[in-house]
Amino acid sequence: MQRFANPARFMRLSAALLPWCAVAAATLIAIGLYGALFIAPPDYQQGEAVKIMYVHVPSAWLASLVYAVMAVASAVALIWRHPLAHIAAESAAPVGAGFTFVCLVSGSLWGEPMWGTWWVWDARLTSVLVLFFLYLGFIALANAFDDRTRGSRAAAILAVVGVVNLPIIKFSVDWWNTLHQKASVFRMGGPTIAVSMLWPLLVMAAGFLFLFAVLLMLRMRTALLRAKLRALRFGT
Amino acid sequence: MNGFAALLTRDLRLAFRQGGDVANVVAFFALAVILFPFGVGPDPDLLARIAAGVLWVTALLAALLSLERLFDADFQDGSLEALSLMPVPLEIQVLAKCAAHWLTTGLPLTIIAPLLALVLHFDAAGYPALIAALLLGTPVLSLIGAIGAALTLGARRAGVLLSLLVLPLYIPVLIFGVAASEAAALGLESRPHLLLLAALLAGSLALAPWATAAALRQALE
Repeated sequence: MQRFANPARFMRLSAALLPWCAVAAATLIAIGLYGALFIAPPDYQQGEAVKIMYVHVPSAWLASLVYAVMAVASAVALIWRHPLAHIAAESAAPVGAGFTFVCLVSGSLWGEPMWGTWWVWDARLTSVLVLFFLYLGFIALANAFDDRTRGSRAAAILAVVGVVNLPIIKFSVDWWNTLHQKASVFRMGGPTIAVSMLWPLLVMAAGFLFLFAVLLMLRMRTALLRAKLRALRFGT
Repeated sequence: MNGFAALLTRDLRLAFRQGGDVANVVAFFALAVILFPFGVGPDPDLLARIAAGVLWVTALLAALLSLERLFDADFQDGSLEALSLMPVPLEIQVLAKCAAHWLTTGLPLTIIAPLLALVLHFDAAGYPALIAALLLGTPVLSLIGAIGAALTLGARRAGVLLSLLVLPLYIPVLIFGVAASEAAALGLESRPHLLLLAALLAGSLALAPWATAAALRQALE
């Protein structure tokens, strides 16, 4: 791990990887979208609106995955004082918040025709909303200090605290939901999903994963270059 | 243990000699609760139904209000630095500070809550559970809040930031606190909710001081 602490090596490695990842993301998302929009059948109940799923579900997966990546990077940064890990965590946060936001908006757009409402206080929706606020808190804390290293340390501690709390919040929200609404109005289809609908979904998810990798590397490179520029300009 | 007691009495003495802190928190709590009948109307049935939720949400906000000052004064005048050099572990000191915070906010809130519950026509059967839940839940608010207070030391606009960090983490306490109080008012079993609140308290007692101490150390570096 310490081998990758060298920013120069990271810059070389990411420069080599970046085009490949970008191509992979673009191809996978193109194939996935084609499969989703033209090959996958419309749902017998939901009609064409089911195709929102191909954006909604992958972004929901990414929303939690990015938080995990951010928390692991933060833990690495705190334990080994790994300089790149701080940058990785801070670069991942806005991307994760973006995926969470896409997940919330696409879910809302999907909910309107299906359940007849933009928002339901369902356990899942509520946990994702809380996750969004955890992301916002992380970003706000990282940028709240004049001294940048202080901000990234504080934010790293917050990310680790958040990861301990997330399961508790998730559990309590589930509990709260079953308490307040006895009848669950909606259920997502069921666990079984047709292969013709599954493969575009998985391809889209893979595409989103590569998209995250691309965005993360781009943001990390920008952060490193900006730090270098600041050092050149102000000599700090 | 000596260091713990010394720090606790110091903080309590400071809180009482400066005065106003406890009174402010209680006044805010009472006033915010009293605003609700104006907002939703004086219908006793409606007020009784939302009483537990209103009390918990406002208690949470009142606890948040005083959090900013938990470490800030000591941080500004440098005594936090002196404290960190004491032979008493920082984690124990954090516990003492949280205890002082709870004694000056959580406990007064718990004492005044039944009076406000009365005003909101809260069902009489719910009172024991409401008080028990507040007694178990408010220390968790102090403990989790301490993490946020330590993280935002020296930040710009620390107050707003603090609420953004801490409020999402308060959700479990709110859920189980309201559930316990409401279950008892509806004649249901409130024990499981109280046990879960106790579990939250035990968990945060064990874990929150570590996180807070880590945050304080990096603030002092």
